[in-house]
Amino acid sequence: MVTLRELPVEELFGPGHRLCAGCGPAISMRMLTKAFRGPTVVTNATGCVEVASSIYPFNAWGVPWVHTAFENAAATASGIEAGFKALRRKGKLERNVDVIAIGGDGGTFDIGIQALSGALERGHDFVYLCYDNEAYMNTGIQRSGATPHGAATTTSPAGSKIPGKPEWKKDLIGICIAHGIDYAATASIAYWNDYVTKVRKAIEVDGPAVVHVLAPCPLGWRSEPKDTIKIAKLAVQTRFFPIYEYDKGTYRLSIKVPNPKPVEEFLKLQGRFRHLFQPEFADEIRKIQDYVDRNYERIAKLSGEP
Amino acid sequence: MEKMKVVGLSGDQIAAYAAKQCRVDVVSAYPITPQTIIVEEYSNYVANGEVDTEFICVESEHSAMSACIGASLTGARVFTATSSQGLALMHEMLYIASGLRCPIVMCVVNRALSAPINIHCDHSDMMGSRDCGWIQVFAENAQEVYDWVIQAFKIAEDREVLLPMAVNLDGFTISHALEDIRVLEDGAVDEFLPEREAVYRLDPDNPILVGPLVLPDYYFEFKVQQEEAMRKAAEKIGEVTREYYEYSSRKYAPIDPFNVEGANTALIAMGSTAGMLRTVARQLEREGKRVAVIKLWLYRPFPGDELIKLVEDMESLIVLDRTLSFGAPVGPLCSDVIAALYNAGRCDIRVANAVYGLGGRDLTPAEVEELSMKALKMAETKMVDKRMEFIGVRE
Ligand SMILES: Cc1ncc(C[n+]2csc(CCOP(=O)(O)OP(=O)(O)O)c2C)c(N)n1
Repeated sequence: MVTLRELPVEELFGPGHRLCAGCGPAISMRMLTKAFRGPTVVTNATGCVEVASSIYPFNAWGVPWVHTAFENAAATASGIEAGFKALRRKGKLERNVDVIAIGGDGGTFDIGIQALSGALERGHDFVYLCYDNEAYMNTGIQRSGATPHGAATTTSPAGSKIPGKPEWKKDLIGICIAHGIDYAATASIAYWNDYVTKVRKAIEVDGPAVVHVLAPCPLGWRSEPKDTIKIAKLAVQTRFFPIYEYDKGTYRLSIKVPNPKPVEEFLKLQGRFRHLFQPEFADEIRKIQDYVDRNYERIAKLSGEP
Repeated sequence: MEKMKVVGLSGDQIAAYAAKQCRVDVVSAYPITPQTIIVEEYSNYVANGEVDTEFICVESEHSAMSACIGASLTGARVFTATSSQGLALMHEMLYIASGLRCPIVMCVVNRALSAPINIHCDHSDMMGSRDCGWIQVFAENAQEVYDWVIQAFKIAEDREVLLPMAVNLDGFTISHALEDIRVLEDGAVDEFLPEREAVYRLDPDNPILVGPLVLPDYYFEFKVQQEEAMRKAAEKIGEVTREYYEYSSRKYAPIDPFNVEGANTALIAMGSTAGMLRTVARQLEREGKRVAVIKLWLYRPFPGDELIKLVEDMESLIVLDRTLSFGAPVGPLCSDVIAALYNAGRCDIRVANAVYGLGGRDLTPAEVEELSMKALKMAETKMVDKRMEFIGVRE
């Protein structure tokens, strides 16, 4: 794993973006760029990061950066990769250029999954980074396929009958791995060296690779900006968001959590789960705990852990 | 200087052949009838090592256009093709291609839109994307498809234009019919169309931000620049077609007029229909009735001034639209013609609209003759009794 000393001092993301104070995605972007190894081009799906880092005539990016639309970061990346490949073959471009596609959970789990699936299947050499803040934050906190069960969003509100989102989170990494790609991993901004190391590994892979990073959103999670990293850490320590990687057929739990904290520790810092602490919804927290335990065990088992 | 040989190919095949001769760097496409042959033909070139192209066989047209945009931004020369539902699925990305000033060339094999599903020709697909900021030409036959594709790259990639360009060809009528086509030698194409010199591209040594969020303080200026590029394109088309004439001896222009001199009326149309209109006009000529046929090659930017010059001495026009604009006063081509006349202060020229051929319905010579008679009558009486009519529809 990289050490603090090994990170480049150069800033390729910011200053000058307009993301919120305590924004997890902003932190995840800065760390992402610390993993770049050389000439890099970024394509960014529509969403908070895109909108807040590119307000004309300002630019928060130190690398060539393209936004086209919401659902197509992987398809745009396919074209960029193919374009560079063709130009290199014809001797019109000398260097190799790394291609990074960035999408939020909406642009990845939901509207962008088709383009992502297509690009993974075709085997383009690029890294897909999904920053997961667990809802459509750019449009004001609507549920996505990544929103956890029980979370209140504006389209899965906590009502007297339905306590937040009834469905569970989609298994993005499972879907990606099923394409037969070589490398996929989850990460958390609270474990920066694990995250940066994984992005670098993903870049070094020949062919597509996917990194799914949990990035809390104070606005949508209704948490304190100062607690972003704390919450990101609790997501891991409660086993709510298991940190693992898949490398050419082998799973590895990157961060083992032998003595997990109860999931309430993670939930209680966030207004989006506040309703679950009412006595009538006590069962929901039990269900979440049960899901979290089973999910972690599933991944532990895949990783050959006892 | 004519460097030519003759090949027997269909409109779809020649589209792929032209792209091959243009040495495109990236092709990204998805099959849809009647465009499929273009994708298949190009796959064959790739499989046989006849081209040095990255061919991305994507999972949808939306991704096809997205990939074309990504590739174009690297500085690569990019080609694609689609039809109907495929073009509709690309719709969002068409605006992004033009907004990001990507000189992509696309063949649109015109086909009706669902529902009900229909695979045959009309122009509803491209007309649905009329305002997407693409330069648009309509070919009459496979020869024109070939010539326009080659010219399109030169027009689109011009540093003062930098806009994507669609070459339209009628589904089946052109796409699937075999024709003798006179093609340039590869070397002549290379000479006419050198490699793309990208003005702006994704260069890690000179990082730029492409496709930012632009708020009310600047957005309008971006759009006006696009409009200026469109106007510039009109000029460049003149230059490029003149230069192409030297290579091919084939003369292109925004408009292809027939029998205009001395005529006091004209039929105006785009695409493969024009040939039949001319045949009928020739026949009427023998009977002493003169009806001009004005075929528009260029649809966007709309060649209003050229059109006015051709019709300024006429009394009436009938505009044939192969599409319906539901609830509109007339079809899109007709409305453009009327607007151009109005702009020129020529509201005295009578205009009627004939909507024909939807979903591949044939337009018969008898119907065209009837339309011609109507046009002549309008010229004589200076009256229009029916502004818009549907041709060949069962009551
Ligand atoms: C947006 C769009 N693109 C392309 C097409 C053309 N198209 C119609 S059916 C089809 C293939 C269907 O294949 P599959 O789903 O495997 O079904 P099969 O025909 O094999 O039964 C295609 C490409 C279309 N109708 N719409």
